Amino acid sequence: MAKIVAVTGNEAVAEALRQINPDVCAAYPITPQTDMMQRFSSFVSDGKVDTEIILVESEHSAMSACIGASAAGGRVVTATSSQGLALMWEMLFIASGNRLPIVMPVVNRALSAPLNIHGDHSDSMGARDSGWIQLYSENAQEAYDNTIQAFRIAEHMDIRLPAMVCMDGFIISHSIERVEYLEDADVKNFVSEYKQMNPLLDIDNPKSYGPLILPDLYMEYKRAQHEVMTKVKGVVLNVASEFEKLSKRKYGLFESYKLDDAEIAIVILNSAAGTAKDVIDQFRAKGIKAGLLKPRLFRPFPYEEVADAIKDVSALCVMDRADSFGAYGPLFIEICGATLHLEKRPLMINKIYGLGGRDFMPEHAEQVLNELSVIAKTGKIRIVKEYIGVRE
Amino acid sequence: MKKPRGWKELTPGSVILEAGNAVEFKTGSWRAFRPRWLEENCIQCLFCWMYCPDMAIIVEDGKRKDFNYDYCKGCGICALECPGKKGKKAIVMEEEGK
Repeated sequence: MAKIVAVTGNEAVAEALRQINPDVCAAYPITPQTDMMQRFSSFVSDGKVDTEIILVESEHSAMSACIGASAAGGRVVTATSSQGLALMWEMLFIASGNRLPIVMPVVNRALSAPLNIHGDHSDSMGARDSGWIQLYSENAQEAYDNTIQAFRIAEHMDIRLPAMVCMDGFIISHSIERVEYLEDADVKNFVSEYKQMNPLLDIDNPKSYGPLILPDLYMEYKRAQHEVMTKVKGVVLNVASEFEKLSKRKYGLFESYKLDDAEIAIVILNSAAGTAKDVIDQFRAKGIKAGLLKPRLFRPFPYEEVADAIKDVSALCVMDRADSFGAYGPLFIEICGATLHLEKRPLMINKIYGLGGRDFMPEHAEQVLNELSVIAKTGKIRIVKEYIGVRE
Repeated sequence: MKKPRGWKELTPGSVILEAGNAVEFKTGSWRAFRPRWLEENCIQCLFCWMYCPDMAIIVEDGKRKDFNYDYCKGCGICALECPGKKGKKAIVMEEEGK
């Protein structure tokens, strides 16, 4: 029997980690993640898990310790946000290049400067090319469910790649919501016993991690790394279907909301999708065919599936909670890439919203949908990239 | 020469599964200076064997023989550490190609 509770996103993910009971956790506090690892370290102190917790002096060290523990042959977890993820930067590539299935909840937060502790996606979008799998979560339930599934995806013997589970800082990490917890035994059974691949602690079979690979072989390793990423989609779907049997909650590569017959649509990540869905319902009630696509798997990006889902939309707005200054937002670029080969594709615009925790309000979604209606009618785009919810 | 490996033939994460495979990688050609062993000055203290970072000193029955020039990079540590006999070194470094 599932247990229904009222908890924050951080609490829900910490609970998932308690149920998973990883071998090693190395973490460093950073707002808004701190509360998650604090709760998890309480589980360690209280003997609720067998995890070896390593308290380190920085996120660079946290990821380094995770890399060592994972190469040694353990199931490993850490969590971070913002500057912490930025400080892990060089180690992220070492984790993925060494094919170490570390799972890391990322509580999305803006990057300095100016200093800001609130939610946006600049941190994880900056790490999009680090070779990590990235799953995005709309609410605490999805963060909990994605965390459990992430272990299965990352540790799959055909994959063995590290995975980030992203959720919005404060909006999700610190807001109390209704969450359904699975039974401890069900989670344990679902993630199952950790399977090692080339563990360093198998001293009868000595091996070496991290060799120097020069121009004669480096590119072959990178090509192989791309290949393994192409297999992730299939594993994500298989794991989701098994998870659905257990939880009755359905997950895919992305969520389509009223998209089948939509003439106008929004593509949006994480918590703001919830707000946008309410406004889409209001537009539907007025007889306007509006829909929404919320990506879940951002790395690897499911180009074909996304293109198929949005191909019949007339006007589409991709909303980015991260910016690439002097360029389009990162999600918009992916959607452009996805639609590139379609004979008929939606007219597309890019809105930057919610930076540094700026609220995404229903009127912002309304404003976007109204603009999309005009674009669909006239076939004309006023401006491709624009900021919304910002004062002149 | 072995045929270079393609991307489908690699171990995941570039992990090396064959222990001690550095033996396949001959580094002797890196040498600019060549150590020469002068047996008459050698007291068989085995300092050179202990200090050599490349295991390039061949020891048989507890006694050092000549260098293994396939692996000696010519770092000169052995010559520096060699106590020799009566002030005369048992290892001297000589420029390669002279």
